[in-house]
Amino acid sequence: MDRDVILFWVVAVLSVASALTAVLHRNPVYCALALVMALFQVALMFVALDAHLIALLQVIVYAGAIVVLFLFVIMLLNLEPDAPTRGRYGMHAATIMVAVVLGVEIATAVWISEPGSPFPAPFDLGSTRMVAQRLFTEHLLPFELTSVLLLVAMVGAVVMARRRV
Amino acid sequence: MNPYAALLINAALCGLVATILLFMSRILGRRRGSKVKYEIFETGNPPIGSLRGTRFPVKFYLTAILFIIFDIEVVFMYPWAVTYRELGWFGLAEMAAFMGILAVGLAYIWRVGALEWN
Amino acid sequence: MDVIISFCTALVALLICLQVTVLLLWIERKGSALIQDRVGANRANLFGGLLPFNLGIVNTMMADPLKLLTKEDIVPAAADRFLHWLAPWVAVFPLFLTFAVVPFGDVIVVGGREINLQAVALSGGILFVLAMVSLGVYGVIVGGWASNSRYAFLGSVRGSAQMISYEIAMGLALVSVVLTFGTLDLQEIARVQGRLMWGVVPAWGVFYQPIAFVLLFIAGIAESKRAPFDLPEAESELVAGFQTEYSGSKMSMFMMSDFIEVAIVAALTTTLFFGGWQVPFLYRDGFHFPGGLTVAIPSLVVTLLQIVSFLVKVFVFCWIQILIRWSLPRLRYDQLMAFGWKKLLPVGLANVAASAVLGLLLEGWTGT
Repeated sequence: MDRDVILFWVVAVLSVASALTAVLHRNPVYCALALVMALFQVALMFVALDAHLIALLQVIVYAGAIVVLFLFVIMLLNLEPDAPTRGRYGMHAATIMVAVVLGVEIATAVWISEPGSPFPAPFDLGSTRMVAQRLFTEHLLPFELTSVLLLVAMVGAVVMARRRV
Repeated sequence: MNPYAALLINAALCGLVATILLFMSRILGRRRGSKVKYEIFETGNPPIGSLRGTRFPVKFYLTAILFIIFDIEVVFMYPWAVTYRELGWFGLAEMAAFMGILAVGLAYIWRVGALEWN
Repeated sequence: MDVIISFCTALVALLICLQVTVLLLWIERKGSALIQDRVGANRANLFGGLLPFNLGIVNTMMADPLKLLTKEDIVPAAADRFLHWLAPWVAVFPLFLTFAVVPFGDVIVVGGREINLQAVALSGGILFVLAMVSLGVYGVIVGGWASNSRYAFLGSVRGSAQMISYEIAMGLALVSVVLTFGTLDLQEIARVQGRLMWGVVPAWGVFYQPIAFVLLFIAGIAESKRAPFDLPEAESELVAGFQTEYSGSKMSMFMMSDFIEVAIVAALTTTLFFGGWQVPFLYRDGFHFPGGLTVAIPSLVVTLLQIVSFLVKVFVFCWIQILIRWSLPRLRYDQLMAFGWKKLLPVGLANVAASAVLGLLLEGWTGT
């Protein structure tokens, strides 16, 4: 069997399993760790798509920083493992509906989309150098706006945290 | 050879060695449990209150969020650093604007005292 | 065939990591004894008296690990079993992997084939190192949480907050290095440092980025929670911090992670700032001294010299870290955090800015 296919199936099974664990497990710490696993699978998929820089950044920022924040919050709030609740019927129905709608949307998008370019992409399409060359020339404005966004996040975090002190 | 294939081989090897190390005590060590052994260590006194009741200062949360923000900033610097000679002075100006805005943010949180730790 | 070669380099990298760690244990023990003007461990011997003298090295390298590995493995009743098993593994695995991208030699020519002496030749090597360092935080967080004990939890939270604070300083130091060399590939960076400045001085990174070197070194020591930054595991205060509830091989894995991080900081410093495996004036076919003297050397000997040079440099920096540990008093936690955020971070930013400006002004800087 083709190596790419094997890799795809392994990554696919692992990501679905870890994503399901992240959503359904009772203990929030386990959910966060399952999320890390799921993010790893996403990074692997990025590697398979030749997006090398993004794969590494996925691990550094998402799996290495954001989930750490999640864990801090879980520990800050002393979240108990969820006792199984019946749940208000209304809320569960809404969740299922949203999930179904999302699933239909994604399936439709995949169905009607056309296959990509017939020419194979160069191996370093997503390498740091290539991304950099595009980012700082064509996409300069979003880049600068990102810094403003980060500034807003900084100020917002400080304001929110200090209110409780 | 695809470097990621080499990475996979490495990861498998390291994971295997780590797992073997992990179970060494189970394999080589004794298994004679007693009630005292399984208690949490709190310098001789019986543990008071569960972990669940411990307060966790908000400062740690703030540190984590600020870490994310500066981590993202650092991560944006890497593509620039790799191509910075090709981008020349124009690239430097772009990055200066980016860093400048975030330096303003750093100054703000410094002034406000978010970096204080008592 | 490629797979076998890759597996061999992976094995070598892992072995180097493990050997350095074990040796460091002994060096730390004896070294701290020397620094503190005492003798240190010297009682153990082989088979009850095989050697005519007792050796501290037998103590540390054989007796201690064996003792630790054969201790009973206790999981506290109140602890989370799965996480208790997971934490040491998660603490150690990324550190092992970091060694995979560190080049320990140039190439070895075997049977007409050039084998790159780097287990994983990632072009984004520095980012990979940063990623593994980011993952190192989980060992601490999960370890403390799994024990479900007040001391462990407090230690782990403070430890992880410290680690993430110094990660930014490390990242900034690495950005300046990338600025200078223009590449993220560690083997490339090591190779480029083989050139000569003004025909005499090897172009090592430390001459181009001295501040980044100091920054990386300090941030690395703080990241591995070694003294003077070791409050989270301060032995006299929080028992053993987040490692309190671990015994046997799990505890030894946490201890190992400490020494592996020492080795990683040393390896990174040598690769980025001191030429890695480079021996001054040594090229693939022999020595080319600046006076014109040339000494031809077979390529295998060249490779051997390079590997030895790498190991020597790594040990020098490990020794410096040990010296620092046993000389400086411990920083208080608030001093520690203030140092990371208010001193190292601005210095890192300023260094990046200055390097960038200087680099563009003096166009003939390193460049690939």
